[in-house]
Amino acid sequence: MKNKTTRWSDRVIPILMITLTLLFVSLFLIIPLISIFTEAFRQGTRAYLESFKDEYAWSAIRLTLITAGIAVPMNVVFGVMAAWCITKFQFRGKNILITLIDLPFAISPVIAGLIFVLAFGQRTALGAWLIDHDIKIIFAAPGIVLATVFVTFPFVARELIPLMQEQGTLEEEAAVSLGAGGWSIFWRVTLPNIKWGLLYGLILCNARAMGEFGAVSVVSGHIRGETNTVPLYIETLYAGYSTVAAFSMATLLAGLAIITLIAKSIVEWKVKRGRRNTET
Amino acid sequence: MKKRSIIPGFGLTFGVTVTYLSLIVLLPLSLLVWNTASLTFTDFLKAVTSTQVLASYRLTFGASFFAALINAVFGFIAAWTLVRYRFPGRRILDALIDMPFAMPTAVSGIALTTIYASTGWVGSWFDRFGIQSAYSPLGVLIALTFIGLPFVVRTLQPTLEELDKEVEEAAESLGASRFQTFWRVILPSVWPALITGFTLAFARALGEYGSVVFISGNIPFETEITSLMIVAKLEQYDYAGATAISVVMLSVSFVLMLIINLSQYYARRVGR
Repeated sequence: MKNKTTRWSDRVIPILMITLTLLFVSLFLIIPLISIFTEAFRQGTRAYLESFKDEYAWSAIRLTLITAGIAVPMNVVFGVMAAWCITKFQFRGKNILITLIDLPFAISPVIAGLIFVLAFGQRTALGAWLIDHDIKIIFAAPGIVLATVFVTFPFVARELIPLMQEQGTLEEEAAVSLGAGGWSIFWRVTLPNIKWGLLYGLILCNARAMGEFGAVSVVSGHIRGETNTVPLYIETLYAGYSTVAAFSMATLLAGLAIITLIAKSIVEWKVKRGRRNTET
Repeated sequence: MKKRSIIPGFGLTFGVTVTYLSLIVLLPLSLLVWNTASLTFTDFLKAVTSTQVLASYRLTFGASFFAALINAVFGFIAAWTLVRYRFPGRRILDALIDMPFAMPTAVSGIALTTIYASTGWVGSWFDRFGIQSAYSPLGVLIALTFIGLPFVVRTLQPTLEELDKEVEEAAESLGASRFQTFWRVILPSVWPALITGFTLAFARALGEYGSVVFISGNIPFETEITSLMIVAKLEQYDYAGATAISVVMLSVSFVLMLIINLSQYYARRVGR
């Protein structure tokens, strides 16, 4: 009798758990994802393509590309350096440094935007000086770039630190003893080991840089054709009841998100395989 | 313990890291504290305790708490399903869990609003029962659940993978019921991870802006979240008010970050 009930629950519990998971994931992830595309194509392909003929759409795309084009390389260089410093050396205050690097993740995007408005706004000495010299940072492209750099700051470092910690310093030390210099160690020994992790950090950083809304919204001033990035332009369109156009623009970012997820799966697979290869 | 490394580059990388960190993060952040210091205490108190702001705290903290709670329950179920069972589509499902991380919040915001509006795919179903899902506090809860979804799943997965199946089998062979095994064997070994995931989801929800402002409808005293109050103050050029509210929210985030670090430290000790 007891045996029978165990078997019964063995069969029912997995089905129940899988069903609940599917229900939860469908309600919160799958249906919203599909809806982006159905809304964009609601009035047909022509209406979809029509959304991209708008000059404001192109200026928003351009600004988003420029912003990511500056913020991502900066944070990649910083991320690699920070990871190198943290994982290859022992020094006091290391844990504090790691916590500080993670700090932008703990700060609300809106507050991230606010701190740049405060820093460069007309109320500070710096802000007043900038106005006198006719340099615009807030409510202009430089402010958008700065806010984006701030929010995407930890991505690369965060991806690399655990990876490089796991790999240790033995290979680099061997290279040093063979007479290799710092640059050639990095290019020939470290980089091949971390390339997949670095690539994934870069992709994540880029996805966030192109998609950031809260922080950029605070510093941008929402000037159509000038300081609207793609996410801000989506908001403008949506608020103006141009639903199809808003969702058409959204498909660009949704596509980017899907690529990011696929890249993550590939990188995880590569890293796992790399680990298995070094074990055998 | 302190051993000089023979690898070159410490001076350069340490210098660049600290300089960059100071310029991009620490300096602007200190300006926030500086700006607050220039406020008198009564002004500060008045800004952070106006009735509209108080209503926004209630909604933000309440909705974030329940969203994290929903995520703790369903996140556990999802993590368990992904770790323990093999079924078609599992890998795709696993990859999809990270979608709230990868999807820009504005896109999530308009997508959720469209499907949970009374004319939307899911919203119309709620509407049949007389429940308004978008443009209500429930909408805020939905957006915050979405945004916190990956945290619990991703913190639980490694813990569940390490869980020894033999211990569960032993418990069952000793006559424990399913419920007892779950309550006495599984839960005690995963609860530090569960709490970490819950706190991460809660912390993220508190500061969320993009995905909420569309679905909430921003009705004063009813569906305004605290992040929106900061933006609203800024739009009225009330920099002092915006700063004051930000300092309150920032303090809460730092306390939560401390709790997360402590619970992870504790989890590592339990693990050993």
